[in-house]
Amino acid sequence: MSVDKDTVNKIARLSRIAISDAEADKMVGELNGILAWVEQLGEVDVTGVEPMTAVISNKLRLRDDVVTDGDVRDKVLANAPAKEGSFFGVPKVIE
Amino acid sequence: MTDFSRLRVAAIRDGVASGEFKAVEVAEALNTRVAAAKALNAFVVETPEMAVAAAQAVDADRAAGKPLGKMAGVPIGMKDLFCTEGVQTTAASHMLEGFVPTYESTVSANLWKAGAGMLGKLNLDQFAMGSSNETSYFGNVISPWRRNDGGNAALAPGGSSGGSSSAIAARLCPAATGTDTGGSIRQPAAFVGISGIKPTYGRCSRWGVVAFASSLDQAGPMARDVRDCAIMLEAMAGFDPKDSTSLDLPVPAWEAGLNSDLKGKRIGIPREYRLDGIDEDITKMWDNGIAWLKDAGAEIVDISLPHTKYALPAYYIIAPAEASSNLARYDGVRFGLRDLPEGAGLQDMYAATRAAGFGEEVRRRIMIGTYVLSAGFYDAYYTQAQKVRALIARDFDNAWASCDLILAPTAPSAAFGLGEKNADPLSMYLNDVFAVPASLAGLPAMSVPGGLDKQGLPLGLQIIGKALDEQAVLNAGLAIEQRSGFTAEAGEWW
Repeated sequence: MSVDKDTVNKIARLSRIAISDAEADKMVGELNGILAWVEQLGEVDVTGVEPMTAVISNKLRLRDDVVTDGDVRDKVLANAPAKEGSFFGVPKVIE
Repeated sequence: MTDFSRLRVAAIRDGVASGEFKAVEVAEALNTRVAAAKALNAFVVETPEMAVAAAQAVDADRAAGKPLGKMAGVPIGMKDLFCTEGVQTTAASHMLEGFVPTYESTVSANLWKAGAGMLGKLNLDQFAMGSSNETSYFGNVISPWRRNDGGNAALAPGGSSGGSSSAIAARLCPAATGTDTGGSIRQPAAFVGISGIKPTYGRCSRWGVVAFASSLDQAGPMARDVRDCAIMLEAMAGFDPKDSTSLDLPVPAWEAGLNSDLKGKRIGIPREYRLDGIDEDITKMWDNGIAWLKDAGAEIVDISLPHTKYALPAYYIIAPAEASSNLARYDGVRFGLRDLPEGAGLQDMYAATRAAGFGEEVRRRIMIGTYVLSAGFYDAYYTQAQKVRALIARDFDNAWASCDLILAPTAPSAAFGLGEKNADPLSMYLNDVFAVPASLAGLPAMSVPGGLDKQGLPLGLQIIGKALDEQAVLNAGLAIEQRSGFTAEAGEWW
């Protein structure tokens, strides 16, 4: 499988990363180089092999359903690039 | 007068505890060295006042007769991937420039509780993505080492924990934290002639560590010898309910358990790690390592890890896939950079912010990850890679039938020059060839110095152990350390 410039632009869009025309051109070669190299995984016979989900066997814990945290609004907002009152500020999304 | 930069973790801890010197003296001496080593660019932020405050607290505790922690009085460097409350944490990215956490990572909190103090936040590859520390937004870290050809070419300190490795090798700090996703503790340790261990996945909490690839990320110590690594790992590790993959197990007494007598231990030598065309210095060092372990009483056995060649390509699917998901959080809304072009809507703001905030390698990996996870490609790439990962882990399981530990080189070469491997991302990725398999299998693995190559640069030997058997890994590391006679140091040119 190889990618063309349209595909690169589509991946950039899905990644929410703005990309210039020149960058897209450069990325075509780089991504194809990397993808051609990872293609070799296709040679491996994986019949009957389950994809790994946990590297060290561990059980998923459930914690008690109680409030252990909270009341930290100012801390949550402390690093917001734009805040309005006690809210995160974003550009207008509804006309 | 004591040159405190020459003291290691154990010596500082013991000297402070016995009253031979004050913790404050050590902190002040190392603060001075850090401030004088700007040319290495190892630190993003220096925090001399925090180092002194932690030392004063230890001195006060001692004067009051209170019990002292495992790292009492030891000033360390903190990789700038660990969130530190009130101190900027950047992951070496423009995206997080100016980000000041309102909470402390579990690992760093454990270290402060054990009496360590912070000299500053160490530079790294951006979001820990890189093998040479050339992807940092805050500039390259320079290795204190130089080739013996009389030139002064700037060499890579390895990556991603390159600030950590450079600072320890330059004796700016006796120890530092590292994180290892695909070799980021071991390869930099090897490049500068120090030791570092990545413990079993789940030993150290990931809570408060800026995430790269969550199924691989694991914190560990870097220091100048094996004992210091054991001491610091004890202080860092432990169950944390805030990390769902944290192992609910007691922390072993690794330092007390150190024992370099390897009688009864079988050391596997994986034949697939003998790469064609590899530097003969690497082969020679590996053979020396085999001889040292034999001398320590171990039995050497040939083993096979048949899927080794597929580890790197599997890694370069899995790690970018996880990164693309983890790094989706950088949206310019809640924290970090925001780039809002005139008149832009929300979607354009996301795209502009992420283009401006992420460096080239980070953008490349997010895009690879997005591609391999996208509709129509998920099974061909991601599912296949996770199946191959299962086979790589199975290779190790099979090997443990005939051996207790595995010995291999840490990296296929000594440190390379800055800029030498930049042109092609693939050639940089290949530097992780020996480090990545243990990461994919979640196994403890350590690098210890194995000697110098013909350019006079350090090489590392890697010991891989069974899950949860850090003790055997440390013991074999100690056996090598006692026999290698490695005392080389970088000349102080900075």
